[in-house]
Amino acid sequence: MSTTTTAHHEEHAEHPSGIMRWLTTTNHKDIGTMYLTFALIMFFVGGAMILAIRAELFQPGLQLVNPEFFNQLIGVHALIMIFAALMPAATGFANWMIPLQIGAPDMALPRLNNWGFWLLPPSAILLTLPFTLALFGIGDGALATGWTFYPPLSVQGGIGVDFAIFAVHLLGVSSVLGSINIIVTLYNMRAPGMTLMKMPLFCWGWLITAFLLVATIPVLAGAVTMLLTDRHFGTHFFDAAGGGDPVMFQHLFWFFGHPEVYILLLPVWGFIPQILETFSRKPMYGYKAQVYSFWAIGALSVVVWAHHFFTSGMPVPALLYFMYSTMAISLPLAVMFFCWIKTMWKGSMSFETPMLFTVGWIILFGIGGLTGLVLADVAADAQYHNSYFVVAHFHYTLFAGGIMGIMAGVYFWLPKMTGHMYNEKLGKLHFWLTAISFNLTFIPQFFLGLAGMPRRIPDYALQFAEFNMISSVAAFALGLSQLLFVYNIVTCVKGGKKATDQVWEGAHGLEWTLPSPPPYHSFSEQPTVK
Amino acid sequence: MATIDEASVTSVKEQLDLKNKLLVRKILWMLLGSLLFAFALVPMYDVLCSLTGLNGKTNSTTAVLSKAKVDNSRWLNVQFTTNVMPGLGWNFYPKQANIKLHPGQIETVIFVAKNTTNEVVVGRAVPSVTPGIAATNLKKIECFCFVNQSLKPGEEKEMPLRFFVSPELPKDVSDMTLSYAFFPSVDGDR
Repeated sequence: MSTTTTAHHEEHAEHPSGIMRWLTTTNHKDIGTMYLTFALIMFFVGGAMILAIRAELFQPGLQLVNPEFFNQLIGVHALIMIFAALMPAATGFANWMIPLQIGAPDMALPRLNNWGFWLLPPSAILLTLPFTLALFGIGDGALATGWTFYPPLSVQGGIGVDFAIFAVHLLGVSSVLGSINIIVTLYNMRAPGMTLMKMPLFCWGWLITAFLLVATIPVLAGAVTMLLTDRHFGTHFFDAAGGGDPVMFQHLFWFFGHPEVYILLLPVWGFIPQILETFSRKPMYGYKAQVYSFWAIGALSVVVWAHHFFTSGMPVPALLYFMYSTMAISLPLAVMFFCWIKTMWKGSMSFETPMLFTVGWIILFGIGGLTGLVLADVAADAQYHNSYFVVAHFHYTLFAGGIMGIMAGVYFWLPKMTGHMYNEKLGKLHFWLTAISFNLTFIPQFFLGLAGMPRRIPDYALQFAEFNMISSVAAFALGLSQLLFVYNIVTCVKGGKKATDQVWEGAHGLEWTLPSPPPYHSFSEQPTVK
Repeated sequence: MATIDEASVTSVKEQLDLKNKLLVRKILWMLLGSLLFAFALVPMYDVLCSLTGLNGKTNSTTAVLSKAKVDNSRWLNVQFTTNVMPGLGWNFYPKQANIKLHPGQIETVIFVAKNTTNEVVVGRAVPSVTPGIAATNLKKIECFCFVNQSLKPGEEKEMPLRFFVSPELPKDVSDMTLSYAFFPSVDGDR
């Protein structure tokens, strides 16, 4: 008996090296690293696409790309940033940190975990392959409908739409597998004594996210499957000629699409308070209030979808319902903002890079939230719908609220993951470059939207020229400053000052009790939480 | 002593595996539920729309003639617009752009379609009413949109629409637009 167990243990300790280690790994830290690396690469792929768009919009008129290609870049940029950059980054953190935070040796379903990751590269290839195929004269490029796939355009579109549909299927399976794993891990693998209400907030954010994914990804998969059968198998779900209704697609899509916004943000809302309490050196304020806010937002997120298409023609009672329910989301969010500020209140604060990103995040995400309230107003939305105001609004929530939040997390946990401190000076420089160029990119877009510039159009009226020029220059600055982000990560992985176990003076929680970097198999002796 | 410890460790691990398996099964049921829900949304949407006229859909078969009296106390202005969708080489227009009538009053409007191609073409008209809240109140007694319309090369055809507006129309509606979009027929010339 004892001999077999020992042999078993040795088998675990030796893992294959080289490429096979990464292909076959079931270790949560390896898989987390792969998710984060994949997200970083795709962040640059999606970024390159939007820089081509900003270059075209630098001046009025058509200079660099033709309108069809412009439309393809817009849609694929969004799909890549949402499904291949932001979501994998959050899943990467989940894989790395959830077992460490709850005192588990690994995720509950390690093989499923490996599969979940390795579905991502093929789907990224499926999304971008039509660009390459078009160079060889096959098809007419990637999907040109924008990421929302609205029919009838998506029913009439070329093979790019089919590729995108299958990519969405694969990405959906991948996120669902990740979610199953996270739910099972959080329910069954917590260390003795850690009740649900003692879990770190990041775990709570991910638990709600995982449930939202399980509830809504199948609806997206169903909607794009109906699109596929409409395109190829003679059904008429969205074809008015056959008795279908194109507006129904918008309902199905946004039934998934609105919860998706919170799927992207909840993990960030989870670790932001942990960063705040660390650098304010006092316990987080309102842990319970924040958990209940997560639940409230998760529940509200599935009943507000139609505010994305107020202008499609809805009766007044429906407009009013979707307006008020959307505005109601600002209540739990306001509770969270209050908790974040109260956590910092009278704290002994210091501003290392993660804290800089977090405080900047609170302000910028606040702007995103408040402009969202403007858009939720039915009367105002009639003017702002599909304008650059919307573009600026959701970049404040998803670039500032999503990606800058992820960056805060990267700087916060990088010393724990690598065992080295990053270069603090360059980290701060990265923050200031990102924050300033981000605002210079998107503040002009608010004004452009108010002045009536529509989104997803490659050309514009002359009066919009100056603001577009500022926005384009700043977008390039924003893109280039991210090279510094990569440099900071790479130098930190390669070496640097040794990080202590606790890393940050005010850090509390199980992950900070382990050595930095944590051993390949952590918590071989299960910790207990009092 | 050691053997006992390890035996209990294995059983703990087996218990955990079983617990995990049960939870995974529950989540898979949830997934299946939401997938079914996605497809159930299609008929639910149709039922909701036909009950409320949310998307401007009108009746697709002959309406029952109501015995309600003509409401002479109010006037309605009904406008007609037409569209020909891509792939259908037709001209299509109403003979009159609008009509003034009382609720309950039966009227006939003639639409004209002409096939400008040199082959037989089958089309199907899809109606839509704005405001949507009035859609269920527009009752068609006879309509070319109930069936497919076939036109020979160069043929021109006058197609009547007989309808009335139900007196139950909400009081604040005084104008409505009936729009017809002619699509290439999707189910042949049946």
